[in-house]
Amino acid sequence: MAKKIDKNEMLLEAKGLYKTYTQTSGFFEKKQRIIKALNNVSLSIKKGQTLAVVGESGSGKSSLARCLLQLQAIDQGELFFKGQNMTSLNKLDSKSLKRDIQMVFQDPYASLNPRMKIEEILEEGLVIHELGNKKARQVKVRDMIKKVGLSVADLNKYPHQFSGGQRQRIGIARALIVEPQLVICDEPVSALDVSIQAQILLLLKDLQKEFNLSYLFISHDLRVVRHMADEIIVMHQGKIVEQGPTKGIYEKPKANYTRELLNAIPGKHFNFKVS
Amino acid sequence: MKISPINEPHKILVNDISFDLYPGRTTCIVGESGSGKSLTALSIMKLLSAQLKQTGDISFEGQNISQLSNVEMRHYRGKSMAMIFQEPMTSLNPVISIGDQIKEALEVHLDLDKNSLNKKVASLLKEVGIPEDRVSSYPDELSGGQRQRIMIAMSIACEPSILIADEPTTALDVTVQAQILKLLRNLKEKRHMAMLFITHDFGVVEEIADDVIVMYQGQIVEKGSVKEVLKKPKHAYTKALLQCVPDAKGIKKLKPIQHHALI
Repeated sequence: MAKKIDKNEMLLEAKGLYKTYTQTSGFFEKKQRIIKALNNVSLSIKKGQTLAVVGESGSGKSSLARCLLQLQAIDQGELFFKGQNMTSLNKLDSKSLKRDIQMVFQDPYASLNPRMKIEEILEEGLVIHELGNKKARQVKVRDMIKKVGLSVADLNKYPHQFSGGQRQRIGIARALIVEPQLVICDEPVSALDVSIQAQILLLLKDLQKEFNLSYLFISHDLRVVRHMADEIIVMHQGKIVEQGPTKGIYEKPKANYTRELLNAIPGKHFNFKVS
Repeated sequence: MKISPINEPHKILVNDISFDLYPGRTTCIVGESGSGKSLTALSIMKLLSAQLKQTGDISFEGQNISQLSNVEMRHYRGKSMAMIFQEPMTSLNPVISIGDQIKEALEVHLDLDKNSLNKKVASLLKEVGIPEDRVSSYPDELSGGQRQRIMIAMSIACEPSILIADEPTTALDVTVQAQILKLLRNLKEKRHMAMLFITHDFGVVEEIADDVIVMYQGQIVEKGSVKEVLKKPKHAYTKALLQCVPDAKGIKKLKPIQHHALI
C-alpha cells in the first residue's frame, strides 16, 4: 500500500471545488438559505486505488460524486482527468470521459429499468458508446454477466426477478462493461444484508484487481471503509476535515470530528473473530 | 410460537420459537432479511396482519395474552408494552405538534388533568434529551435523531414493562445512532424495562444486548448471553454471519456465507 506513486498514475484530480445550493422555504414569506455542499474540496485518485469518502448525511459526499460525474456543474474549482481539464472539453471528449467514469448506486431496485431485460440493460452502454458490432456486444455481455457471478440464463430475465444482492451485481456489470477507469460507488452495500454485503465487497475487490480499476467509494459505514480503502477523506458539512492513508486515519485520527466518528462505530472494540 | 399465512398453512414463516424477556435486560434478535425477526416482534404486540395466523402461547407477567381480542389487547398496547420502529417519520403525524402527540399517548391510558399532562410531557421531553421549548414543533422541523427521541418519549410515556425496538437506529447517522443507543440503554436501566431489540448489525448487538437470539429462516438457531454468542458461537450460521461482519480494525478477512453448507 505504501508503494511510490508517480505523477503519471494520477487518474483524477480535483482542486478547490465549490458547490452551493439555495434552498427556498416558506409559503407566504420566502426565506432563502444557502447550503455549501462543497467548500474548497481538493482530492486526487490514483490508478488502481480506492479512495473512500466518509461522512454523515449532509456532509456533501453525494454532491461530490455528482460533480465528479459532471451530472452537476461546479461553481468554482478545477477538475482534471488524466491531466486533461474536464470542464473545458468538447462534446466528443466529454462523451468519452463519461465512458471512463461509471457509477454504481446505493439502491439496486431504483437504478435498473424494470421494463428492460438484463441483456438490454448491459448492452445499452455499449450501444451508446458505439463499442463493437451486435455480435461483439453479445459476447461482451455474456462475459460480463459471468464475471459478476451470475449466469448467461439470467440475461433473459427482468430486474424484479432478482434479489437485492443480485441486482447490485447487475449494477456493477452495467458500470464495468464499458471498461471504465474510475468507478464511483455511492453507498453500494448500505441496502444489503451483511452476508450479501461481504459478497459484494469481495466482488468489487476482485474486479478492481482484474481490471486495475480505481474506486471512489462513498460510505457512511466506517467498518466497510476500513476493508476497502487505500486512502480516506473525511467530510463534514461540505468541508474535508481530514485526509490520508486508511491505517493512519483509523489509528491516529487528527481531527476531532474523525475521532467522534470512530468512537461512534457500534461494537468498535470487538473484532468478531471466529476461531 | 409459530406464524404462517392463513391461506397457506403449510408455509411456516416463524417456526416453533420460544424465548423469555426479563425486566432490566435487553434481548437482541439478530438475523438477515426474511429471518422472521420483525414478525416475531409484531406478534408479541399482536399487530400481525390479518393474513397471518399465529399459534402458541405468549404470556405477560404470568397471564396468557395470546388469545386476547383486539379490544382487550388495547389495554396492554402502549401501556404495558410499547414499540418503536425504524423510520420515525412514518410513525409520527406530520400535522400535529410533537407535544400534542406525546399527550395523546398519555391520554389514551392515563386519566390526567391538563396541568399534570403538560408537566408530564415536559419531563418526558427532558428525559429523552429534547429541549422543552420544542414542544410545539412539528415533526418536519426535527432531525431524524430528534424524531426517534420523540418516538421513544411516546413509547415510554405510560411506563411500559416491555419496550420493543425494531431496528430503531438503522436509518440514522453513526454518531446519532450512538446517542440513541446510549439513551435506550439508560432508560432501560432507570425504568427497569425489558427491552426486545431487533437488529441486523452485530456491532449494535455488542453495544446494547444482554442476551442474543440469532434467527435464520424463521427459526432460532442460537440463543445465549451476548458474551457466549459473540465470543463462542456454536451454530454454523452464527459463525458464518460473524465472518461477514467487517471489523473496525480491518484485520479480518471477510468470508461470505455458503448457504448450501448450512442446511
